[in-house]
Amino acid sequence: MSPNLRITGLFALVALLIIGAGFLQSWNVALGILNMGLISAIMALGVNMQWGYAGLFNVGVMGFAALGGLGAVLVAMPPVNAAWAAGGLRVLAGLALAVASIALAVLLWRRMRPSWTRGGAVMALLFAGFFAFRAVFDGGVAAIEAVDPAATGYLGGLGLPVILGWPAGALLAAGAAWIVGKTALGLRSDYLAIATLGIAEIIIAVLKNEDWLSRGVKNVIGLPRPVPYEVDLRDSEAFAARAQDLGLDVVTASSIAVKLAYAGLFGVVLVALLYLSERALRSPWGRMMRAIRDNETAARAMGKNVTRRHLQIFILGSAVCGLAGAMMTTLDGQLTPGSYQPLRYTFLIWVMVIVGGSGNNWGAVLGGFLVWFLWVEVEPFGLWLMQTLTAPLADGSALKEHLIDSAAHMRLLTMGIILLVVLRFSPRGLIPER
Amino acid sequence: MDLLNALVALANFVLIPAAAYGAQLALGALGVTLIYGILRFSNFAHGDTMAFGAMATILVTWGFQSLGLHFGPLPTALLALPIGIAACALFVLGTDRAVYRFYRRQKTSPVVLVIVSMGVMFIMNGLVRFIIGPDDQSFADGERFIVNAREFKSWTGLEEGLALKTSQGITIVVALLTVAVLFWFLNRTRTGKSMRAFSDNEDLALLSGINPERVVAITWIIVAALATIAGTLYGLDKSFKPFTYFQLLLPIFAAAIVGGLGSPIGAIAGGFVIAFSEVMITYAYKKVLGYALPGGWEPDGLVQLLSTDYKFAVSFVILIVVLLFRPTGLFKGKSV
Amino acid sequence: MSQPFLIGEAMTGGYGGGADILHGCTIAVERGEIAVIVGPNGAGKSTAMKALFGMLDLRAGEVRLDGVSLGATSPQERVARGMGFVPQTHNIFTSMSVEENLEMGAFLRRDDIARTIAQVYELFPILGDKRHQPAGELSGGQRQQVAVGRALMTQPRVLMLDEPTAGVSPIVMDELFDRIIEVARTGISILMVEQNARQALEIADRGYVLVQGANAHTGTGAELLADPDVRRSFLGG
Repeated sequence: MSPNLRITGLFALVALLIIGAGFLQSWNVALGILNMGLISAIMALGVNMQWGYAGLFNVGVMGFAALGGLGAVLVAMPPVNAAWAAGGLRVLAGLALAVASIALAVLLWRRMRPSWTRGGAVMALLFAGFFAFRAVFDGGVAAIEAVDPAATGYLGGLGLPVILGWPAGALLAAGAAWIVGKTALGLRSDYLAIATLGIAEIIIAVLKNEDWLSRGVKNVIGLPRPVPYEVDLRDSEAFAARAQDLGLDVVTASSIAVKLAYAGLFGVVLVALLYLSERALRSPWGRMMRAIRDNETAARAMGKNVTRRHLQIFILGSAVCGLAGAMMTTLDGQLTPGSYQPLRYTFLIWVMVIVGGSGNNWGAVLGGFLVWFLWVEVEPFGLWLMQTLTAPLADGSALKEHLIDSAAHMRLLTMGIILLVVLRFSPRGLIPER
Repeated sequence: MDLLNALVALANFVLIPAAAYGAQLALGALGVTLIYGILRFSNFAHGDTMAFGAMATILVTWGFQSLGLHFGPLPTALLALPIGIAACALFVLGTDRAVYRFYRRQKTSPVVLVIVSMGVMFIMNGLVRFIIGPDDQSFADGERFIVNAREFKSWTGLEEGLALKTSQGITIVVALLTVAVLFWFLNRTRTGKSMRAFSDNEDLALLSGINPERVVAITWIIVAALATIAGTLYGLDKSFKPFTYFQLLLPIFAAAIVGGLGSPIGAIAGGFVIAFSEVMITYAYKKVLGYALPGGWEPDGLVQLLSTDYKFAVSFVILIVVLLFRPTGLFKGKSV
Repeated sequence: MSQPFLIGEAMTGGYGGGADILHGCTIAVERGEIAVIVGPNGAGKSTAMKALFGMLDLRAGEVRLDGVSLGATSPQERVARGMGFVPQTHNIFTSMSVEENLEMGAFLRRDDIARTIAQVYELFPILGDKRHQPAGELSGGQRQQVAVGRALMTQPRVLMLDEPTAGVSPIVMDELFDRIIEVARTGISILMVEQNARQALEIADRGYVLVQGANAHTGTGAELLADPDVRRSFLGG
């Protein structure tokens, strides 16, 4: 089978699966899968850039996606003027102090000769900087968080269209990736993995605790949308008339229309990214990347600046994850820091990339759709399976109840099995690298 | 100024909890470091191995409790521990057979094995949630305290109480025993030495007639025992919740790397370094300083360097600093 | 004519599925004698030794130990049958003490190894002094002694050394050769690959000069040293 035929076939299969869900369950479910599938595909593209092109082992996808979400909030939410007035400048000044003392410490480290004095001086500087930062920063935070905490209690955003939040999310993620990359790239692959795992946890901890920035576990809700609201559509007579022509109930039609609009937006982003990724992969730059991945020493000997290239691709891939994270927050209409779990937002993306075929953009996209479909559908299927299996057991038996209650956890089990089966029998994924 | 009370408060809120936590991390890091030394990959499933072993122990504990079997003032879980270890060992040996052995024969690169361990992590995580559920489980029984704060105050007449929970005492004693047995095994027995030899120089170990499959199997059994003990102690001390065990992966890896991956003694040192830094940096010193400083100097704020929610940041920063300045860790580990 | 103790006869083969490196090469060593393989870089010296030790697949020829064909037995199995092997690099357990290195050498033995350890310390007194030190902290020459000692622990009947003097100073080299002669006197056959051809041939009962994976010259050490052809091409005149 020619590779192109194989790709077409596999994509057709996934399309069929989603359409099947539309007929068997509901179009709302099917479109929900499609939309998150589009976002997952973009995240998988980002991870594929890092792992597939360059062999960088990033397990901090969750953090970059969450930062993307923060980007969307910071751009799209209306600013809280009272909070800015109460402590905005003070917080900014505190942060500036922190950055300045770190920069000064780095400068000192580079300028002074290696000695114990140097270590001591840098430590003292950082220590003093930390207390100065806390002294300025804490008061500002307290003032901001006191401003109507039930509704705001944070600085808010810029009040710009949410679409602008997507590139902003990508930028935030890229910034974080730059910091991580500067310190952790060049270390061994599994050290990088642990470092990214750590940074992701820290980013989530920041979002959960820095209420002045992200409202923490109180969540930011009611993010403005790039598409119309269902309620407005329902009230529109023209829309109601169209729905009737199609033989649809207005409520269903409105939610389908909104989801379709999202799908259109996300689809445009995915196609653009896929096009760019394919161009990049086929360009001299992409060949160089893969050459570095396959033999770092040889590439270095040929005069390639491997560390720089790695930093570049690490930032790019993380930015793509951030973009997808911003899109996801937009789709949800809210930022809920408490809901970010590494299994779902980091390791699941990895399953997508490995199953789809690392090193191949089409593979990553396919993996995104397919694995997301399975992630969603395993739950009802598991429930059905458990109900069928336990049918002979008496109603109210403890075992039966336990099995049915636990069916939801079959998801993780299934993902693990899929990952292991693919790694064992088709280690290059469904659409192998060319 | 009251240094005695300050010291008691410090011991009560910082030193004792950190020592117990450090012992738990050290046991976890030992498992990670052994896998790294012998099987040569970073096992992402280790947190979930701990959860699995702890779960098995909890289920047996509940069985014992319902049979009316108790261990006097000590938690019943200690009685159940050997069975939990056996169950966990069987499971990890099963995963080695079904999953890892294939890649070992292929001499796959370590990073692929890490991805494979991600698959195992999903499966174990799913299994644990499937069997025992994602919620908090309590299984501690027996006496709650060895020394309780009120008694301590009445004995000593001090203002500050000092409490030593049974779980903390048991953690430290069991961890000491476990580590002593492990080191005796590694340094004094033929099998233990063959494990060290295999970790040191695989080809030469093969030339010397050391059977790699046997070394690997024994390693998994030891790792299962360490993980189950660590998981059960952590569960007794804090609480058992599958997700927290997954999150322990970060401090445990930080401990193993800070100590030097592949070095057992480093893993122990790393565990305590991470635990003490975490607790000391996230503790609010208001009370201690209130006693230690002369009258009128008491601080107004909490005097907390970082909120406890940022404890991961502490392990992370230590990890990064060590990686930047001493990539092989405090006790020179392997750098493959 | 009696069988040589260890012989690799007309060996042809290479690593895995790669091209052949050995072409009908024959290497043999008699009981209690020292045989040396010399030759230019890339001649297949180490490969020939690894072939004798079962570390590569032979497509033709066979290896016999004491008249018994070894077929495709694994290196571990050959150790059990009385062959000791000292690799060129990574030949000690650096993190383990000298004594533990020796113990690991005797891993397959179930009897009391204390006597053999004592013999090794007798042969290499410095190792006895440093028995509790990690082997990785020793000097280059001492490390080689540990490596040879480890291989002797299985009480081999033939000891194979892959460039034992690589990277050690001339004084240490002479000392090491003296020890190797001593080992041979106890009745253990020695087969070694050497870069330092002249010194090695001086102590050799038998020498093999390999060129491109085939025997170029064979004879006693003295014969080869006297052979003008060998002198010109390998010994620098």
